[in-house]
Amino acid sequence: MLLIRCPYCEEERPELEFRNAGEAHIARSANIAGESDDDFEKFFFIRANPKGIIYERWRHIHGCARFFNAVRDTVTDKFVMTYKAGEPKPAKLPGAAK
Amino acid sequence: MSAAFRISGAGRLSQAKTASFSFDGQSYSGIEGDTLASALLANGVHLVGRSFKYHRPRGFLSAGAEEPNALVQIVRDDARKTPNVRATVQELYDGLTANSQNRWPSLAFDVGAVNDIASPMFSAGFYYKTFMWPKWAWKDLYEPKIRAAAGLGVSPEKPDPDHYASRYAHCEVLVLGGGAAGIAAALAAAETGVRVILADEQAEFGGSLRFESGAKIDGENGYAWAQSAIGKLKAMGNVRVLSRTTAFGYYSQNFVGLVERVSDHLKNPGHDLARERLWQVRASRVVIATGAIERHMVFANNDRPGVMLASAARTYLNHYGVAVGKNVGVYTANDSAYAAAIDLKKAGVNIAAIVDLRDNPTGPVIDEARALGIEINFGRAVVSAGGKLRVSSMTVQPKNGGGGRTIPVDAILMSAGWTPSVHLFSQSRGKVAFNEETRRFVPGTYAQDCVSVGASNGTDGLDATIDEAYAAGAKAAKDAGGKAGKSAKPKVDAGESWSRGMLGAAPGAGPGTTVKAFVDFQNDVTAKDIRQAVHEGMHSIEHVKRFTTNGMATDQGKTSNMHGLAIAAEELGKPIPAVGLTTFRAPYTPVTFGSIVGHARGALFDPTRRTATHGWAASQGAVFEDVGHWKRAWYFPKAGEDMHKAVDRECVTVRKTAGLFDASTLGKIEVVGPDAAKFMELLYTNPWEKLETGRCRYGIMLREDGFIYDDGVVGRLAPDRFHVTTTTGGAPRVMNHMEDYLQTEFPHLNVWLTSITEQWAVIAVQGPKSRDIIAPLVEGIDMSDEAMPHMSVREGKICGVPTRLFRMSFTGERGFEVNVPADYGEAVWEALWTEGQKHGATAYGTESMHVLRAEKGYIIVGQDTDGTVTPNDAALDWAVGKKKTDFVGIRGLTRSDLVAKGRKQLVGLKTKDPKVVLEEGAQIVADPKQPIPMKMIGHVTSSYWSENCGRSIALALVAGGRDRMGETLYVPMPNGTIEVEVTGMVFVDEKGERLNG
Amino acid sequence: MAKAAAKTKAAAPSVERRPALAGRTLSAPGVKVEMLPPAERISLRAPGASLAVLSKALGVTLPAKPKSSATRDGRTALWLGPDEWLVIDEAGNDPLADCAKVTALHSAVGISHRNVGISVSGPAAAATVNSGCPQDLSLDAFPVGAASRTILGKSEIVLLRTAQDTFRVECWRSFSDYVFTLLSEAAGDAAN
Repeated sequence: MLLIRCPYCEEERPELEFRNAGEAHIARSANIAGESDDDFEKFFFIRANPKGIIYERWRHIHGCARFFNAVRDTVTDKFVMTYKAGEPKPAKLPGAAK
Repeated sequence: MSAAFRISGAGRLSQAKTASFSFDGQSYSGIEGDTLASALLANGVHLVGRSFKYHRPRGFLSAGAEEPNALVQIVRDDARKTPNVRATVQELYDGLTANSQNRWPSLAFDVGAVNDIASPMFSAGFYYKTFMWPKWAWKDLYEPKIRAAAGLGVSPEKPDPDHYASRYAHCEVLVLGGGAAGIAAALAAAETGVRVILADEQAEFGGSLRFESGAKIDGENGYAWAQSAIGKLKAMGNVRVLSRTTAFGYYSQNFVGLVERVSDHLKNPGHDLARERLWQVRASRVVIATGAIERHMVFANNDRPGVMLASAARTYLNHYGVAVGKNVGVYTANDSAYAAAIDLKKAGVNIAAIVDLRDNPTGPVIDEARALGIEINFGRAVVSAGGKLRVSSMTVQPKNGGGGRTIPVDAILMSAGWTPSVHLFSQSRGKVAFNEETRRFVPGTYAQDCVSVGASNGTDGLDATIDEAYAAGAKAAKDAGGKAGKSAKPKVDAGESWSRGMLGAAPGAGPGTTVKAFVDFQNDVTAKDIRQAVHEGMHSIEHVKRFTTNGMATDQGKTSNMHGLAIAAEELGKPIPAVGLTTFRAPYTPVTFGSIVGHARGALFDPTRRTATHGWAASQGAVFEDVGHWKRAWYFPKAGEDMHKAVDRECVTVRKTAGLFDASTLGKIEVVGPDAAKFMELLYTNPWEKLETGRCRYGIMLREDGFIYDDGVVGRLAPDRFHVTTTTGGAPRVMNHMEDYLQTEFPHLNVWLTSITEQWAVIAVQGPKSRDIIAPLVEGIDMSDEAMPHMSVREGKICGVPTRLFRMSFTGERGFEVNVPADYGEAVWEALWTEGQKHGATAYGTESMHVLRAEKGYIIVGQDTDGTVTPNDAALDWAVGKKKTDFVGIRGLTRSDLVAKGRKQLVGLKTKDPKVVLEEGAQIVADPKQPIPMKMIGHVTSSYWSENCGRSIALALVAGGRDRMGETLYVPMPNGTIEVEVTGMVFVDEKGERLNG
Repeated sequence: MAKAAAKTKAAAPSVERRPALAGRTLSAPGVKVEMLPPAERISLRAPGASLAVLSKALGVTLPAKPKSSATRDGRTALWLGPDEWLVIDEAGNDPLADCAKVTALHSAVGISHRNVGISVSGPAAAATVNSGCPQDLSLDAFPVGAASRTILGKSEIVLLRTAQDTFRVECWRSFSDYVFTLLSEAAGDAAN
């Protein structure tokens, strides 16, 4: 069982309190009704499946109930960092070589 | 009476405390503190089992958790029969009953042993090659026969009456293994004041100090030192000491699973005590001090009962006071077996000879053995063990060939060297590294905050081990935030040390030979099998493992992996590290299902949720059905009624007078804030801004893809407050869906969501008399049609308690839903029931609710929809706000497939024969005469007998359904094809007049 | 509704209140598990700007620190999330009525009947809760006054440490049987 740092509770809490909520940083268009088929496809159907760093949404559903974002490594399962919903993708990851 | 092989003055058990036990029906006497193995050995019993494949007679290889042979069944009673218990681990209690396994009719004469004679048939990969054809025979013939022949142990016939506890625990330093290294690490960590957990799989701490008679620490004998150190640790408030506790799995971020065997060693555990306790420990730092496991020598018939590891014989002697034989041979490739020979010799056991594969080894133990007059043969090999049910001799030859001689023995002690126990380190995803000099895998690259110490780290010698472990314990504690403690490092006065040895087949069992020289005892894998696997093309060690099943038995190859790897490497002509080690996986030793399940059985398997009126319904004889976690009243049979009669009566009564229904399980969410209406506009297809306070609307919620996700009636309590209802099953996920959009897509909206599902008990009162039933109990609400029309909500009181009174209908009748605070739900129900009785009202359950709504064509999301149904498909286009510019799903609805012609649409079906009730899920075709496979154009989603209609009714999703009104379609069933007519979805009161009736 | 009820002088209910598992208790070595009497409760949601005025209206300072609570005169406010508090009043006063007077942005929803409270007390109380709750309940990590929504077995709970050896476990009404039974079974093992 992983420990996940909740950016709202400001501490690491057991994975059982959390739920994954899919890929992060996929914004819903303000004019979604007018979106082209291609754009809607990208928004709704297409998801990254990288080996390595992935940006995910998690919800501390059995804790503070907040959605937040997380950077995780799909090879090691390790969380690199977490940050609040609405914050931009971190420009630099802690411990990243480049 | 002392058993024949118990040596007075040897061992640490108090001879006074005897315990009687039985094995295969024969009674024996042992001593408290014995394991089943030591007690049997004390009685001269070596033959305890038959091997898995060849049914060869087997005895004890070891004195610990690595045991591959001595698996027995422990029987307490009919319900407590534990198979595959290692006799070397099972502690003796008075009255213990054990049986051997995998033999028929008896252990000494086993018919299955014919497999041994026919063994050329059963070589490596035998299963994969032999049972290939005919295809049908696998399922019907081979598999059942193989399973019957190969089964290990017998399952109990009754449910497990024991209970199992579980506990989450946290500590700064977790020490795995309670030998010299583990104890030293725990002492160092504990002194800093941090929380320490020390766990060991044995009943007593000490690890190899149990048999190392030469160890002396802090002036005490090694084992005695271990006991005093444990006493000291137990007295500290920050230390938890767990004996009989196996660390079986090492998971992410220092999360380690431990199983504590609480009562398996007790005569009468009583029911208060759990059988086992699962510890799920989260540690800041882990110290792995799991020691090393001795390897056997791989030579012909090395599996004969009486052939065992040297350290095992030494443990039986020094700890249990048991001699494993009277005339013992020793076969070794390293020094440690000498220590066993010396201890036994000093205890009065004859050592027939030491056979040492090495040419001219020197050292103090060799000198001591020689001084004791033991015959030592260097550069020689034991090429075969004689005897069948018990070893009777060993055949010794020069290792490079030449004339041999046969020496009579009743036991052979062997040692090929020691393998560091890197299992848990490897499970932590650490990478092992091969040390060329000592020819062993030791911890290399770490993946987690842990450290290996002592023998498990390849550290030889007690002095070096204590140094390393104490420093590691102190560092782990410091790194985890401990204060510097006073150093009280144990002082090693004397210790034992050895390394090296050999890997792979010994002379006489090498390439070109076909003798049965076992590598893996439990899975009956020989050196020849491994070589054959390589010959047949298995070049990866993972393939060799699976083809031969080497290391795949319940002992997980603790003694066999290194030998198997070395033989494969030799055959492949590659160095050992180039071939690589197979992956270690949890569990380290077998774990019971009970310990994993813990409390989660029976009533605690899953929560059972009951509504406030449950007790009333039960007292009325209601039959309940499970809806998710909920128990819902399904129907209320009167005397002599079956389900159909009860449902018919309930449905007719509701339409004639009235019925009471518990709708409490419907999800309820209070949406509050100045932007509440805006939020509702975005989450539902319907318009909400203009909904007046006090009015209700049926809302539809879509996913972004345009398909129906949920539905429910929503009441506006105030401009900034909505009372939303959801489906029973959808309540948690709808709340999550709404929170998701609110928090991440529309965070600018000032609105909050609160689940009020359980705040309110909901009593639906439906039927022409519903208002008459409710009105006398209500205060402060004008219930006239003018003041309170259909689809409205009022707040006031009923029976003196607050209510949110909805006028709404899921039956098509005039109807109300009375919301009251849950603790009042049952009493208000009883008051309404009393009023209802004056009008002849009925209580009805979920089955009648389903029938009544189907008579009106009201859909149930999840039954009439399946995640691929749009509002248009369900004939609910009217609920989609045409002028809206945004709501979740608005774009999905315009996808080309969702607006294409010929989509499946929800329609009504009437069977041509009104008495026939269709099966839900049945497929529909247009032409029943077409060849199979037919083109299916839809399926039945809801189907009931409707007593109100006097016929069956059904709803179905049918391709282009609304253009097929009046068409005849067909439902092919096993008993014949059923003709149906496509109709509208409303079967009762098409004009909807009864809502005000 | 409760708001209106607080203002008008209410006629006493003519029906009895039947709280879930009322009066149930269990004693085991080192721990006692018991149902707590009914209490007034609200789920309070508000942005930071409203906290001062809401705290004043409620008579208890809404804590801003995660995993904490504040208590005054029988009323406890538990931090559940950055804009969420559970207010429990055991003195018979209605926090919903107190919030009704506040015009600052907030949402107060009555949940007195949604939740039930269970007390777990005694030297083995933390071990009992830890049978199904994965959080570190040492006094360093979860001191007196600490409060958190979390998991107990297969149920969500809100956990509040009211004293060194006493916890208040809050769960939804229909989960109370499961939660009480799990705590009872665990209590039997907790002293070990």
